[in-house]
Amino acid sequence: MKKEDRLEEKNPIESLLRMDRIPHIWCPGCGIGTVVTSFAEALHKSELDLDKVAIVSGIGCTGRVAGYVKLDSFHTTHGRAIPFATGLKLAHPELKVVVFSGDGDIAGIGGNHLIHAARRNMDIMVICVNNFNYAMTGGQVAATTPKDANASTAPYGNFEYSFSLPYLAEAAGATYVARWTALHLRRVTKSIQEAFNRRGFSFIEVITPCVTLYARRNRLGDGLNLLKYYYEKSEIQHGADTRTLDISYQGKLIVGKFVDKEKPTFLDCMNEHLAKVLGEKYQLYGENND
Amino acid sequence: MKKIKADPKGVLTGAHYLDGDHSLAEGGLAAGCRFFAGYPITPSTETAERFSERIPKVGGIFIQMEDELASIAALIGAVWGGKKAMTVTSGPGFSLMMENIGLACMMETPIVIANVQRGGPSTGLPTLTGQQDMMQAKWGSHGDYEIIALSPDSPQECFDLTIEAFNLSETYRVPTFVMTDECVGHMHEKVVIPPAEEIELVERKWYTGPKDKYLPYKPDKDMIPFMVKAGDGYRFHTTGLTRDERGYPVINAECQDVCVHHLVDKINKNADKIIKLEEQEIDNAEVIVISYGITSRVTTRAVEQARKAGIKIGTIRLITVWPFPEKRIKELAKKVKAFVVPEINCGQVVLEVERCAAGQAPAIHVPHCGGWVHDPDDIFKAIKEAAK
Ligand SMILES: Cc1ncc(C[n+]2csc(CCOP(=O)(O)OP(=O)(O)O)c2C)c(N)n1
Ligand code: SF4
Ligand SMILES: [Mg+2]
Repeated sequence: MKKEDRLEEKNPIESLLRMDRIPHIWCPGCGIGTVVTSFAEALHKSELDLDKVAIVSGIGCTGRVAGYVKLDSFHTTHGRAIPFATGLKLAHPELKVVVFSGDGDIAGIGGNHLIHAARRNMDIMVICVNNFNYAMTGGQVAATTPKDANASTAPYGNFEYSFSLPYLAEAAGATYVARWTALHLRRVTKSIQEAFNRRGFSFIEVITPCVTLYARRNRLGDGLNLLKYYYEKSEIQHGADTRTLDISYQGKLIVGKFVDKEKPTFLDCMNEHLAKVLGEKYQLYGENND
Repeated sequence: MKKIKADPKGVLTGAHYLDGDHSLAEGGLAAGCRFFAGYPITPSTETAERFSERIPKVGGIFIQMEDELASIAALIGAVWGGKKAMTVTSGPGFSLMMENIGLACMMETPIVIANVQRGGPSTGLPTLTGQQDMMQAKWGSHGDYEIIALSPDSPQECFDLTIEAFNLSETYRVPTFVMTDECVGHMHEKVVIPPAEEIELVERKWYTGPKDKYLPYKPDKDMIPFMVKAGDGYRFHTTGLTRDERGYPVINAECQDVCVHHLVDKINKNADKIIKLEEQEIDNAEVIVISYGITSRVTTRAVEQARKAGIKIGTIRLITVWPFPEKRIKELAKKVKAFVVPEINCGQVVLEVERCAAGQAPAIHVPHCGGWVHDPDDIFKAIKEAAK
């Protein structure tokens, strides 16, 4: 056993965080930290060589996650975590690359990258904290804000349709899709562990309280009230048809693992195809040419 | 700065008949570029096409991304994954890349971007030439930073300067641009690719010290911090936020001062080492024509006419446009009657000449809005005016 491992045993979660950067910036009662704890648990329980796990975030409250996790960690630009992760993964296929970012980052400004990475079945994991708003900038309306919810740029209530992220991810080609809330922390951990064991594009949405902005503006109470909402209105339906997962304002939250299948990844497809077409001239990429 | 020889796998040694776009790709491959991400755009697409054909055979990877925002983000990711990476684009795509060019500057990530310029603004002249993105290359991303930009005037130089761009970007850990244009990009000429052992490359400045002592942004004696890649056990952090030597965000004016000064100084203080100019008959010149890229070739004709007319004329071709040869222009401004600056835009690099000349000698601009190169007569007229 390496010395590092023993340290981790003593304090499994702390050893995975940059304790020299604590206290973190998140508000008391914010759900992002709890999702990070689930992530750290999953890392700890996994058999992975953590030197080979990298985390990439975009910008936002959730985007700060990369700065607190003690892995090779990249805090990039708003919306571009997925293509950054794509470059990282393709340059160094041995790495497990996780994108950890917010709903605005992943599905708003970065939505195009989300669908294309899923389409390609890029072998990365995306953990998307959905707090129904653009929190970092003060609670603006997002592509995930439920109809009728109030936001700082939807002061009369939101009248746009919102994305159902699992539906979007599956339709675009993701091979692992789950949705949980910040109440289901053990399930989140388990999903992350499962996704670590899969190859392909995994997408895990975690509905998470933003107490300071979304909850306050909509008079939904504190973190506890939100968790109570999740408790009362969430329903686990593994394998549910992702077309049925729309979220209405304070309405039902269908959670669970919806997609879990195998499909060759981008690199599998590339290697197989080029080997077939180019024959001997082609040396399989990702093997001995790192 | 560790020098190494090119990997023969990527070097297509021999004499070829190539256009500038294809030469850019060959230069990249010879320089060890093994990751290319891009998005098609005229008149640069041939570079991407050549990469897509060649790179799988030399152990690299090509990916056509969903847009230029993604291409440049993927490049930066790939470099932190240990690869040398390059993309190519033109005006509209260049505009889309701007935000993450700033990220590459902040993260001190060596990447190479070729811009085969076309006439703008907006969609402008997709198939016709321009030199209108020169200022954008320097200032296009927000905030203060410095980059390096080179300007080839031939397919041969597209090859040579792409290698040079990789070497500079690795040396200074900075995005480096090959600012060519549609004319050079589509011009076919002889391109000689030397044997691999004659191509000298700069190796990335890898850190080799104890793991727990690694500080991603601690400047070394030459100002440039050591680099590591993901997966090697450093568990480092990097961010686009203003950061300290650890790579940790620090949001205050003091840290900003250190961070931004570093990004700017590492290029400006090394400008003498970076800048390459081609000077001809400068010593007794009354008038100096300053040009770059395709416009230098058109200038040649005008200069011949001027010599025939008995004007004492010298030329400077800017091989490096950014950083700008400030010192040299200042020096010469004291000796000449005037500078003449033809370029295919409404006045970009001429502003720099003017700034450096600081009133000692006028800088006469010969504008062209793009779509074609100058009529040499227009340059000749400006020279005559300058010699008066
Ligand atoms: C290109 C760009 N546009 C806008 C912003 C401002 N901005 C920062 S964070 C953010 C929204 C973040 O929302 P989300 O991804 O949902 O993260 P959250 O803060 O809710 O966790 C925006 C719009 C930016 N940083 N960059
Ligand atoms: S603003 Fe909302 S999302 Fe951001 S830290 Fe506070 S509670 Fe969390
Ligand atoms: Mg959000």
